[in-house]
Amino acid sequence: MTEEKTIYATYDDDHVLLEGAKELVAKGVHIRDVFSPFPIHGLDPVIGIKQTRLAICAFLYGLVGLTLALSGMYYFMIVDWPMNIGGKPNDFFYQNIPAFVPISFEFTVLLAAHGMALTYFIRNWTLPGIKPRNPYPETTDDKFVMELHPSDSHMTAEELTEHLNKTGTIRIEER
Amino acid sequence: MDFIFTKKARLIFAAFMLIGIVAMVMGYANDHSAHHNRFWANIFVNGFFFFAISLGALFFLALQYATEASYMVALKRVIEGISQYIFIGSAILIVFFLAGTLHWHHIYHWMDPEVYDINSEHYDKIIAGKAAYLNQPFFWIRTLVYLGVWTFFARLFRKRSLLEDEIGGTKIHFKNMTYAAIFLVFFAFTSSTASWDWIMSIDTHWFSTLFGWYVFSGMWVSFLIVFVLLSIWLKNKGYLPNVNKSHIHDAGKWMFAISFLWTYLWFSQFMLIWYSNIPEEVTYYITRIEHYKWLFFGMFFVNFLFPMVILMARDAKRQIGYLIVVGVIIFIGHWLDVYMMIMPGSLGHHWHIGFMEIGMFIGFLGLFLYTVFNAFTKAPLTVKNHPFLDESNHLSI
Repeated sequence: MTEEKTIYATYDDDHVLLEGAKELVAKGVHIRDVFSPFPIHGLDPVIGIKQTRLAICAFLYGLVGLTLALSGMYYFMIVDWPMNIGGKPNDFFYQNIPAFVPISFEFTVLLAAHGMALTYFIRNWTLPGIKPRNPYPETTDDKFVMELHPSDSHMTAEELTEHLNKTGTIRIEER
Repeated sequence: MDFIFTKKARLIFAAFMLIGIVAMVMGYANDHSAHHNRFWANIFVNGFFFFAISLGALFFLALQYATEASYMVALKRVIEGISQYIFIGSAILIVFFLAGTLHWHHIYHWMDPEVYDINSEHYDKIIAGKAAYLNQPFFWIRTLVYLGVWTFFARLFRKRSLLEDEIGGTKIHFKNMTYAAIFLVFFAFTSSTASWDWIMSIDTHWFSTLFGWYVFSGMWVSFLIVFVLLSIWLKNKGYLPNVNKSHIHDAGKWMFAISFLWTYLWFSQFMLIWYSNIPEEVTYYITRIEHYKWLFFGMFFVNFLFPMVILMARDAKRQIGYLIVVGVIIFIGHWLDVYMMIMPGSLGHHWHIGFMEIGMFIGFLGLFLYTVFNAFTKAPLTVKNHPFLDESNHLSI
């Protein structure tokens, strides 16, 4: 069996693409992915993309940051080397909590933000130096491209092209 | 669609006000604190809290105009309606300050002329040192200027908004931007100085440069809570057909975000004073921690943790149940915040939360809602000719 071709349909307007995607989905076409220079509002539920789990990652990274900061300060300032700063009590952790809040907060944000950015880059495989997998570089500028596989929607490439032609696309290519 | 202030709602609010009046009369009669301070402090807590909500509405409206924001246009009349309480609110504050000048109450310690008199046994060197700023004529000039200019802008914005409904066009819109910018600059200064004059001067010896922002963030978030709750209520009654889930979501985001601003400022003020431990500053917190410990920290954690834990997720802000529960809880939390600003300086450790406090809160709530609902009836709840109305109707996030 020969390897199946992928169909790429290019649009020059995000609204046309969104309306087209709605029509296609209503006809039972499955859209694999959309390449766009910016997020298109309301597209995700139409083409059936699940909600991102990045928020869960962010929460876990934040939790790690918070734990690291609190346990670190507990060890440095209470256990290992208690210091007398302005006469503040330093026998117990809870007595110093107000002073620890800013650092805990900053460390939580630091790990959550960096962890989130790195996860995003690795998951999308867009780390610096990696060759982009984007089929059309112009989708980072002013074009919008829909990626479709005929077998996903149990159609032939011709049927699919016929459906696509009705949606205001400016170019259809098979690769 | 025109808002109908039903007879039932009128009766409920009238009953609220009746409870308030009973609480005031009974409270005044049974108030054994010096100079009826407890009664007057209650007037000020509620008078300021509800006044601050309408002032927050005015600020938020000006912010929408100055930034030419479109997303809240569908809800603009709700903001305007809340801001219309500012006239009655100002009158109540003036009565309270007048009572201070006439020595009916002794909440403003510095209003006593003897503290400035070097020959008197009540002479207070620190207060006397502040006499250039903290004297009665200058206090009254400032107070009247704040209230005068704020109410002027509240009238102006309302009038221009109603005019826009009639004649349309973009002229009013662009001019509103200028007026709003002027108001915001004025408000940036006066919201700080007003909170120094009215609230910080209760603890006359104490000072905090952050206090104005802290009070301001409190009034902003209190307004947002009322705004979210009223918008949800009006939408469920079918008065706001163009408002969709995204508008409520945006308003919920504001409530969530400004809760953090408030927490941040509360904590910044607390931590710096706690850390430096300078006697003249730290007394403020010592009074609160010694006599109000559970209320003081409990209020802080409720106002911080409820919005954070419950409203963090996107879906929670799109479901009105969560917004209502959090809104009601932190509405009471922020009332307690105002209570914590005013009571320790007025009553010290002789504080109560009894029938007088709760009854007067209910009474003022009734008066506030009655005024706001009355303002809703005066104009259609959806603006007609705002240039961004169509954009706002199609808000989708």
